[in-house]
Amino acid sequence: MAMNKRKRIDEIAGVEKAPTGIVGFDSIIGGGLPRGRTTLVLGGTGAGKTVFSLQVLVGGMRQHGEPGMCVSMEEDVQQMIVNTAGFGWDLPGLIRERKFFVIDARMGPGIVKAGAFDLTGLLAEIKAHADKIGARRIVFDSLDSLLTLLDDPKAERQELYRLRDWLAENNLTGIINVHSEAGLVPFPRYGFLQSMVDCVVVLDNRMVGDHFSRILRIVKCRGRRFLGNEFPMLIDSGGIQIAVGPQKSDYAVSSKRVSTGIGRLDDMLRGGYYRGSSVLITGAPGSAKSTLVGAFLEAACRRGERALYVGFDEAVGAILRNLASVAVKLEPYMKSGLLRVHAVRAEDQRAEQHFAKIAALLREQKPQCLGIDPISALLQSGPVQVAVRITKHLLDLAKVEQITVVCTSLLEGINVQSEATPIQVSTIADTWIHLSFAIHAGERNRALTVIKSRGTGHSNQVRELVLSDEGISLADVYSSGGEVLMGTLRWEKEIADELERLCARTEMERRRRELELAEAEAASHAELSTRELKARRAELALLQREQELLEKRWTEDPKQRLKVRSGNKPTPTDVPSTTRYTAAALEAVHSARRHDPKRSRK
Amino acid sequence: MSKRGASGTRFVFRLYIAGDAPHSAQAVANFKLICEKYLQDCHQVEVIDVLKDPLSALKDGVLVTPTLIKVSPAPPTKIIGDLSQTTKVIWALGLGEMKHE
Repeated sequence: MAMNKRKRIDEIAGVEKAPTGIVGFDSIIGGGLPRGRTTLVLGGTGAGKTVFSLQVLVGGMRQHGEPGMCVSMEEDVQQMIVNTAGFGWDLPGLIRERKFFVIDARMGPGIVKAGAFDLTGLLAEIKAHADKIGARRIVFDSLDSLLTLLDDPKAERQELYRLRDWLAENNLTGIINVHSEAGLVPFPRYGFLQSMVDCVVVLDNRMVGDHFSRILRIVKCRGRRFLGNEFPMLIDSGGIQIAVGPQKSDYAVSSKRVSTGIGRLDDMLRGGYYRGSSVLITGAPGSAKSTLVGAFLEAACRRGERALYVGFDEAVGAILRNLASVAVKLEPYMKSGLLRVHAVRAEDQRAEQHFAKIAALLREQKPQCLGIDPISALLQSGPVQVAVRITKHLLDLAKVEQITVVCTSLLEGINVQSEATPIQVSTIADTWIHLSFAIHAGERNRALTVIKSRGTGHSNQVRELVLSDEGISLADVYSSGGEVLMGTLRWEKEIADELERLCARTEMERRRRELELAEAEAASHAELSTRELKARRAELALLQREQELLEKRWTEDPKQRLKVRSGNKPTPTDVPSTTRYTAAALEAVHSARRHDPKRSRK
Repeated sequence: MSKRGASGTRFVFRLYIAGDAPHSAQAVANFKLICEKYLQDCHQVEVIDVLKDPLSALKDGVLVTPTLIKVSPAPPTKIIGDLSQTTKVIWALGLGEMKHE
């Protein structure tokens, strides 16, 4: 009856949340633990129950100003302080500020049980202290010794209900830790415990193959939507973290492009990668995957963007040297701080630890471009399913932060169409570029293919990836007679093509010269004709003049002769004058002929 | 509720109870019987209600109710429960031997 009433109220108002401040946990439980309710934390030895519950308290104290209390039945205050010193929580400081109080509730070995008892007294004591510091959250760590002491299933049940109801009455957010070696298998003894409380969290540390793995799982949380999957958990210098990506899928999507660092690859992808997208580069060892990552990050830094390079294969020095050999120079950007290189051996840490570190680096470096080389190395740092999950979380995280990621994955097989990278990035990635070796005519050449590129057209052409001291370039591959030509064959084909062009050019030149000569000849003919025309005209004019003169003489001569014969000697101009005029005309004709180039040559 | 021996007090007890909770009431009644039987006139009992004075109970390391503490003679002994298992109580307090004396 009471339960029904509570449930109905939950549905109307929604259960209030008590955010834990544990990275990743609040997002999978929908905001935080149910406030004013009881949460049961189950787990085996060393699964992290104490750290988890104390961290919820510290989160409440530090982030939400909610004082907390721990009823410690396993360790005293000093032990607790020492054991958690590595997490930077400063429990002594919190105790001094009266935000935190520890009730040392160890039963002690000498205790004698002589009959039934209950928790009424304990709860009264706790209440008194809770009131003193105004506690809002309370942890029972752990209830096992008490339950052992009760030694009666009926009594256990009765006291646990008493505890739960007391927490609810006092509006305290409670965490009860109970040891359970059974791990994730059903807990026959605590079955009722799970049904009694509002929220159950199971922690587990186990070996999967030869990998140690920490897992957190939310079994139930009343009135709340939560993610019930197993999540990789890690305990590091900040306490517990859940390796989980952001739980939202409505991130901003950009249609802006970002250069791949290789001009012709940009062209193949119609302008480059989409900003904020994830790119997978697969290929056999030595197929220049890292080089493409380096080129991408160098281009980013050249534009003044911040970048992060996560390398699982090599040391920082080796990464820089190898990239410098193909003219990808990252060192200056490292010095200026634009680029950060994080080199770590994959097998040294677990996948979830790598995740936490990369997530922390993303917060510090705030990169716009991220390279992970190779992301498949995570497979060496944990069970396959954990590595796969971590990879997805990483890419999700980058996506939400609008970071363009280029990651590589080792793919031994040539058969790309098997469609599955071992780490299953190929399905998540927006763009998938495959590098392969084409072995032909005694050569091994690198071929680049764009297998997929979501939301953008891309070239279907295979290109040859050419690495040299001057840098990286993509060359067209020739296909002749159904065969793809690369390397020397491509080079020979290129030379042959060049020769062909040269011949064609020479032939054109020859024909042009011939035509020019013909044109010049025609022009000089025209010139000669003009001169001849002039000469003929002059000749004609002279002839005309001569004729006129003769005509005149012939008309005047008889009178003249008459006059002369009447007494005078004939004048010297008489007859020879005709001869002289004729000679002058001839001279003019000769002079015109002398100007003729053909004649002058002679 | 406290019983005092007239002279030569050898046993000092503190009995922590939680109001009139059934287990607490039971413990008071059971302890009364034990004292009458084994500790006639040689014990002193202080009954403390945790609900009224919760802070002093914690100082004494008392968590559950009811709890009986033998303050003296040394060593201090802590017995939890409603004291219905009389043999256990007598054994824990070392009273069995005394009866033989």
